[in-house]
Amino acid sequence: MATFLGLDYPTLWFLVVGGIFSGYAILDGFDLGAGAWHLFLKKEKSRRIALNAVGPVWDGNEVWLVIGGGALFAGFPILYATLFSSMYIPFMLFLAFLIFRAVSIEFRSKEEMKWWKKTWDITYSVSSVMLSILLGVVLGNVLQGFEIGENYEFVGNWLNFINPYAIILGFTTLALFMMHGALYLTMKTEGRLFDKLRLLLRRSIIFFILMFALTTIYTLLYVPALSDRFKELPFLFIFPVLTFLSIANIPRLVSKERYRTAFLFSALTVSFSLILVAIELYPVLIPSTVDPIYDLTIYNAAASEKSLGIMLTIAAIGAPLVLSYTAFVFWTFRGKVKLDETSY
Amino acid sequence: MDVEILARIQFAFTIAFHYIYPPLSIGLGLVMVFLEGAYLRTGDKAYEQLARFWTRIFAVTFGIGVATGIVMEFEFGTNWATYSRYVGDIFGSALAAEGIFAFALESGFLGILLFGWNRVSPRVHFIATIGVWLGSMFSAVWIVVANSWQQTPAGYHIVGEGINARAEITDFWAMVFNPSSVDRLLHVWVGAFLAGAFLVLSVHAYYILKNRHVELSKRAFKIALGIAIVSSLAQVVIGHSSAEGVAHNQPAKLAAMEGHFDTLAPAHMYAIGWVDKENQEVTGIGLPGGLSFLLHGDFKEPVMGLNAFPEDERPGAVNAIFQFYHIMIAIGMILIALSLYAGWLWWRGKLFDKPWLLWIFVWAVILPQVANQTGWFAAEMGRQPWVVYGLLRTSDALSKAVTANQVLFSLILFFIIYALLLALFLYMMNKKIQHGPTVDAKLIEHRPQQEGMSNTWKQK
Repeated sequence: MATFLGLDYPTLWFLVVGGIFSGYAILDGFDLGAGAWHLFLKKEKSRRIALNAVGPVWDGNEVWLVIGGGALFAGFPILYATLFSSMYIPFMLFLAFLIFRAVSIEFRSKEEMKWWKKTWDITYSVSSVMLSILLGVVLGNVLQGFEIGENYEFVGNWLNFINPYAIILGFTTLALFMMHGALYLTMKTEGRLFDKLRLLLRRSIIFFILMFALTTIYTLLYVPALSDRFKELPFLFIFPVLTFLSIANIPRLVSKERYRTAFLFSALTVSFSLILVAIELYPVLIPSTVDPIYDLTIYNAAASEKSLGIMLTIAAIGAPLVLSYTAFVFWTFRGKVKLDETSY
Repeated sequence: MDVEILARIQFAFTIAFHYIYPPLSIGLGLVMVFLEGAYLRTGDKAYEQLARFWTRIFAVTFGIGVATGIVMEFEFGTNWATYSRYVGDIFGSALAAEGIFAFALESGFLGILLFGWNRVSPRVHFIATIGVWLGSMFSAVWIVVANSWQQTPAGYHIVGEGINARAEITDFWAMVFNPSSVDRLLHVWVGAFLAGAFLVLSVHAYYILKNRHVELSKRAFKIALGIAIVSSLAQVVIGHSSAEGVAHNQPAKLAAMEGHFDTLAPAHMYAIGWVDKENQEVTGIGLPGGLSFLLHGDFKEPVMGLNAFPEDERPGAVNAIFQFYHIMIAIGMILIALSLYAGWLWWRGKLFDKPWLLWIFVWAVILPQVANQTGWFAAEMGRQPWVVYGLLRTSDALSKAVTANQVLFSLILFFIIYALLLALFLYMMNKKIQHGPTVDAKLIEHRPQQEGMSNTWKQK
């Protein structure tokens, strides 16, 4: 089996996909979080500023999901087929809310009628909340596994995606994104809106810490398989410890009013959470609750070595490009939001 | 209804709706590059007004294009799981490349294109416009490559048997340059240029007729007319080359397009007609032996007909394929006639003297759209019963775990959402067009580094 830096190609692609989804969660995470707060802001001007804080970047952020989906399809086609056809309803709802979010941002400020703005404000906020929850729901199902049978086909009931662990993870994801989004908005606002957001930010930190604790306890009690890896390789405990430290650092920095550094740590928290997911699963991608022989792993779900090699080359060429113009766009729109005639 | 029919309707519906928008984005992107380029060269603010106006229209088409585009990527996994497993090894690298090279480029620079007018210098803005346009061009590359591979597979081998069979890539460049990809890509690009150019022609013809923004409109009209003349003529050459490719690689599809059944007979070429599949007859007007002549240079040479293929390897909806194909060709001819006639008037200096011609241009915006749609319907229905030509049947490509009710649910969901989207799209387009380009004149003064920019160009 071909390797690079001592890692085989499926493992490398596992890291690439993890990196892309981590980038997606960090970037679109604050868009979704900002959207979830939208209805908490009462004044028209506040809502427009919040909307335009994500205005120039949300579309570029959403593209990370398209790339992530492509990367998953490309590298692990068998996983892609099984995951998407098993989680049919959550993915279809996800698509619907994704469209509603895009349309709401696009059309909200195009008319002055009150009912018009109110309608789009509601669809924008509800879509953002539902997208965050659905991402967590899918993650929860992947983590505890589902009924995969022969030929990697789903053999369970189509409603099984609704279960306690999935719902807990759904709300944990929402809480994480709301904290992340509130931090982003405090960086982009000033005056009374800024004061209001500081208040909301404190609430979101409490909400997130509670949800994170609940997830941790539930995982240890009811999904014990996920902590096996840490028992086998104790040095991996460094990652949960780093995650806890990163989370604890956020309220500390917020109380010192260092919002930019706090935002960095909430981004790190997103990454660390996904690293924990990766450690818990690897090399499995989705455990089968029918029989472990039907587990989808990075090896039995992977594309051919030749294909993975090509895609690793594409990723190596593409990644610096994507990162450089992403950085350029964020740099162009740095600082507090100023509304002008091109704004939403 | 069974899963296969529902899943096919869903894919056809979502992709046909999606395909209204990307061609407009590609075509308008080209027009915007010309307009901003003209502004940078001349420093004439009229061009910037036009560029800003068309950027606002572009924002609407692009937004809906992106929102409806992710749907198909997900549908591969949700509705077509067997297909995803079968082609993932090949298709995946094209999709991944599309994401990394195309989508990231266009969406990244889109923020600057739409919101950066007062933030960056005109030259950086121009680069962003080019970035967005190139991104949309690249996204056509990879998706057409992937689709072409389904029409004419190359650079692969089959691994496994029965339900576990999969295509694996053996040669990346053979996959990318499979026999039909270059012809089809050019065909799609030029079709998109026509869609964009005719939208610009339509809107500015309307302004001229209503005596609004007349000077601006005349300039934009001429730029778009230039694109339309070149593109409509180029499409003849590209279309012909594409048809030859189909004759060579997918003879059953070509036979269906012309309603040709009997392998021992010369094939005719119809202008219009109706296919009676039962009696294997075509009633219509056309050139007897025309297809034979086009392919072999001889009116009497036989062409492989549908009867040469086993019953279960022929496309079923022969008349529909025939009609879609001929509508596309007829529209292509009309577009050539329209743009050449307008070009001739332009040359004579009488371009804007004939209101009836301008009214035709107002309504002609619909023509390239119909041609793009019917062309794709002919291409995709002509590939049936295969989803990957000669390798994987559409009926075998479905998700085994998905039930008809689930597909029906999502089909209704998309139907409702897309009806709303279409209404919003038409409403916003109308509003922006009624609003017009002029309001920007004052705002343009705010732009930073404006004066410095036009001066440097003048010094050169």
